[in-house]
Amino acid sequence: MLKLIKLLKPYTGTIIFIAVLFLTQAMIDLSLPTFMAEIVDHGIVKGDLPYIYKTGFIMISIALLGVLCALTAGFFSSRTSLGFSMKLRNMIFTKTQAFSLNEYDKIGSASLITRATNDVAQVQQALIIMLSMMMRAPLMCVGGLIMAISRDRELSLVFAVAVPALGLIIYFVQKNAIPLFIAMQKKLDRLNLVIREKLTGIREVRAFDMIAHEEKKFDKANADLNSTALSLANLMAFIMPAMMAAMNFTMIAIVWFGGLRLSSGKMHFGDILAFIQYVNLILFALMMVSMLFILIPRAEVSAGRINEILETKPTIEDPVNPATPSGRKGYIEFKNVSFTYKGARQKALNGISFSAGPGEVTAIIGGTGSGKSTLVNLIPRFYDVEEGEILVDSVDVRDYPQAALRPIIGYVAQKAMLFTGTVADNLRFGNENAPMEDIIKAAKTAQAHSFIEAMPEGYNSLLAQAGKNLSGGQKQRLCIARAIVIKPEIYIFDDSFSALDFRTDADLRAELKKELKDSTVIIVAQRVTTIMDADRIIVLDDGKVAGMGKHKELFASCGVYREIVLSQVSPEEVQ
Amino acid sequence: MSANEERERQQPPPQMRMGAMFGGGGPRGGGHMRAIGRPVEKAKNFKGTVKRLAAFLKPYTIPLALTALLIVISSVIAAASPKILGLAITSMFKSFTAKSAPDYGYVLRILGGLGLLYIISSVITYFTQRTLARTAQRTAYTMRRQLDEKLSKLPLKYFDTKTRGEIMSRVTNDVDNINNAMQQGMSQLIGSVIGIIGAVVMMLIISPLLTLITIITLPLSFGVTMFIAKNSQKYFAAQQKSLGELNGHIEEMFTGHRIVKAFGYEKKSIERFGEINTRLFNSGWKSQFISGFIFPVMNFINNLGYVAVCVAGGIFVVKKTIEIGDVQAFIQYIRMFTQPVAQSASVINMLQSAVASAERIFEVLDETEETSETEAAVPAKKTEGRVIFDNVKFGYTPEKILFESLSLNVEPGHTIAIVGPTGAGKTTLVNLLMRFYEITGGAISVDGVDTRNLKRGNLRRMFGMVLQDTWLFSGTIRDNIAYARPGAADEEIFRAAKAARADHFINALPGGYATVLNEDASNISQGEKQLITIARAVLADPSMLILDEATSSVDTRTEVQIQHAMKELMKERTSFVIAHRLSTIKDAEMILVMNEGAIVEKGTHEGLIKAGGFYSQLYRAQFTAGETA
Repeated sequence: MLKLIKLLKPYTGTIIFIAVLFLTQAMIDLSLPTFMAEIVDHGIVKGDLPYIYKTGFIMISIALLGVLCALTAGFFSSRTSLGFSMKLRNMIFTKTQAFSLNEYDKIGSASLITRATNDVAQVQQALIIMLSMMMRAPLMCVGGLIMAISRDRELSLVFAVAVPALGLIIYFVQKNAIPLFIAMQKKLDRLNLVIREKLTGIREVRAFDMIAHEEKKFDKANADLNSTALSLANLMAFIMPAMMAAMNFTMIAIVWFGGLRLSSGKMHFGDILAFIQYVNLILFALMMVSMLFILIPRAEVSAGRINEILETKPTIEDPVNPATPSGRKGYIEFKNVSFTYKGARQKALNGISFSAGPGEVTAIIGGTGSGKSTLVNLIPRFYDVEEGEILVDSVDVRDYPQAALRPIIGYVAQKAMLFTGTVADNLRFGNENAPMEDIIKAAKTAQAHSFIEAMPEGYNSLLAQAGKNLSGGQKQRLCIARAIVIKPEIYIFDDSFSALDFRTDADLRAELKKELKDSTVIIVAQRVTTIMDADRIIVLDDGKVAGMGKHKELFASCGVYREIVLSQVSPEEVQ
Repeated sequence: MSANEERERQQPPPQMRMGAMFGGGGPRGGGHMRAIGRPVEKAKNFKGTVKRLAAFLKPYTIPLALTALLIVISSVIAAASPKILGLAITSMFKSFTAKSAPDYGYVLRILGGLGLLYIISSVITYFTQRTLARTAQRTAYTMRRQLDEKLSKLPLKYFDTKTRGEIMSRVTNDVDNINNAMQQGMSQLIGSVIGIIGAVVMMLIISPLLTLITIITLPLSFGVTMFIAKNSQKYFAAQQKSLGELNGHIEEMFTGHRIVKAFGYEKKSIERFGEINTRLFNSGWKSQFISGFIFPVMNFINNLGYVAVCVAGGIFVVKKTIEIGDVQAFIQYIRMFTQPVAQSASVINMLQSAVASAERIFEVLDETEETSETEAAVPAKKTEGRVIFDNVKFGYTPEKILFESLSLNVEPGHTIAIVGPTGAGKTTLVNLLMRFYEITGGAISVDGVDTRNLKRGNLRRMFGMVLQDTWLFSGTIRDNIAYARPGAADEEIFRAAKAARADHFINALPGGYATVLNEDASNISQGEKQLITIARAVLADPSMLILDEATSSVDTRTEVQIQHAMKELMKERTSFVIAHRLSTIKDAEMILVMNEGAIVEKGTHEGLIKAGGFYSQLYRAQFTAGETA
């Protein structure tokens, strides 16, 4: 939290101004009982009616001033707290956009989303309250004490007992409540987990006839939550009456000791009344603070999570001295490349070397976890190699500014990802100025034109929830078209035909072959049929190259490859 | 998907509400933490819902009635005590003005009595708070339990048509909403109403004229509250909208990060974010500012009443129509009734949203359940596995019938393959076999027994099912394999894992079989997950098998290995296999070819190829595309 508060620095002036306004307002609230004491001591005791009118008038004007102060303070504090969170959001977002996939893997995109949304909201809420009620309370407290002491020093000693007593109550409750709050949060998370799991696995739960088991599991989590909630409720039931008692007894003490001092002529009668008001104001302010304290640990957790983002340094940064482009187009070369995922047990890629040029199709095939996707993810520099180097157009990918490297490559991911907006918006994702002819041409190549045309608004149809209304195959085709629109030198298809039915798959590949004949194409595939006629097939096994060459050679020479082929295609169809 | 999960998990803990601690009748508006003007969802049938809600409280009638009584007593004390304190003050004032010694005995008696009352009042408050909180918690527990039990009885159709977030939010958010309202809303409501009445009565007793003067501020308070609520509403709506947009943008850009990077979209993404963020700021600070009006303005009105009482009271004291102690008491009474008024808006909001939540919960509880079970037939321990579809009629909706009259005769031990393009409705058959959905006509029988005459659980236990979307829960790998047979011995588990070719990778994990899978099981690969679910089915040792694309995310080599295991498993068992790779199902005794929800062809591989229909097209596309492309 403290680290984030540093971000408030530019607002220091405003915050001080808000504090001054709050202080003024607190003093005004506190001065009213003082005026009342004057009314009693001068007006009532002496029977001076005009004095009472006059004082009443002053009180109203002062109260008006008070409300003006408070409103002004409210204006600035809402602008400050919301302004702060706007800034914080921008910082987080800008930061995350510079993150490489390493950071996304590490934190997890789901967690990043929570941090950028919920956690910021948490901190914002805490700040709003801090800049309003919480700031006001201590000022009120201090102001009240000053007023009380200036009225009658000795009677103020009552506060010397009351304030620590209240402090103790607050301390006691805080100490016991916070761990309970934390425990409760955990149990709530557990309950959510149990429901979520059984909802996602509803078919399995029923298929294995485990409904009763799941009910028991839920009931346990539910009862567990309930018991903590009850302890917390018991504790919380204590705080209010304890505070009320402390306050009421302070009031009695004031009347009693005030009475004593009154009879010995050491104070005015009106002071007693004023004191009673002070008690109300001071103790109430303290109580407010105690309630708000609970917000802090929560905001603290959120702030910590946000800080983690802000302090994470992107592992992939642009080079200080970018290399000049070589002028070659469409060349990829892997030189003895090895790569290990952070925290992984073994190398995902181990000593990979190959090169590809324009007009060539390079296919990558291999078992699950053999490193196919990893290999292609290194080309656009989603990750940095551990050993060796990757050259694109004869320049190491690490020597390109990322913004220069990426347009060279048309990347189609394994999982089709579309964004909110129209079909055309999505196809223009990499090039917002692409003319309509290019868009349509790309869609035609990707076998997407006909179904786009069939949509009610054609290319202007809105994709609901990132394409929820489209089938998996349709989404994949749009993703392919999106890559074609930017007219890259190099295409990477990372298993991106998997959701297509066989016929569309065949048509699409025929079309791609025609349209991309001058480009460098890298295809990751599961189906042998997809890649049989590639210029170069790289067979990966456990992160290593198990074989490289054309289909026929590999089928003859590479055991792994033959195994893969035979698992999919009958022997008579191999040739 | 996982983004949603995370968000569900991160719901703000509803119990962490400060308001709960303010409880009933604290001094001076502590409770408007809930910003005024925030739009509240309203129940469609308010009255009916409240009635049903009340039924939940029935077991607690006695403690609640007692609590209500106690609240009345403490409110009476709260109303009487300023007046009593006033007596002491008046006595002291009199002796002060008369310059005589104060009547210590009298003052002490009053203060002593007052002290006693305060203690009683605090004790009562403690018990009422406690009772209310406990009742609320228990009710929440019961509601959650009932919801959970209900969910067990709902047909799959319900889960297929609702999002998971939607269902979850009812079990968590909505229940908490009600809990919240019961815990603080009720005590605040009762406390405020009685507080206002008590204060007004006492004020009237002291001085009707002074009461009139102060009550003038009341409509002012109401007016201001309403005005603020109304005016902040549109900013809140705007804020909510921008926030939704902003969160949507964040979610998209984060989940699609790879694509954002690949297409160099970062700069534009930041630009767009900044633009939405600025809009959010503009509506956000305004709604914050305007709803924040309430505190100072109410404070001012409060002060106005205070000044009025001071001045008018002063005059009355001078004219000897009122005692000074009563003026002091009056000042306290003003607070007692301006505070609840200021809180009224938020309390009403709270109650309203609770009723809306209750309505949503009752909606779930009212959903039609699966048809009740007949206890009639108990299946033999080991079923033979003869499955007969006899003129089965089915459609997910009555308007769109998928099977008009489907008849199949599956011999024991046979393999039935279901093939077809994506979205052809291949899972429909599984839904019917497992009675996830009920057929609308005809009959399905296993070993001659109509499946409707079996208990669902018994029917389902006959099948072992492995689905395309692997489902693992957070827990150890061992527990996940032993899901269907929690009592299974380690030996059996290892054997099942070995049969599913999962043993090898499990042993390579640092924790072996005790490795705890995290929530999305992201510590093992998709293929490995699949192997675990297969092991689970192996361990369950069912009479029949349903394999839904079971090996789609396992690489083809591993698949071959698994298929050996599967073949072994399928040998004596009737199996229904949904396959994507046609090469894997050539040996099936019967192939059902589906398209657009309906079965378009059926027969053996050879027969279908010869027929030259849809299947042969599919098959040819799969195996010749490579050469023509």
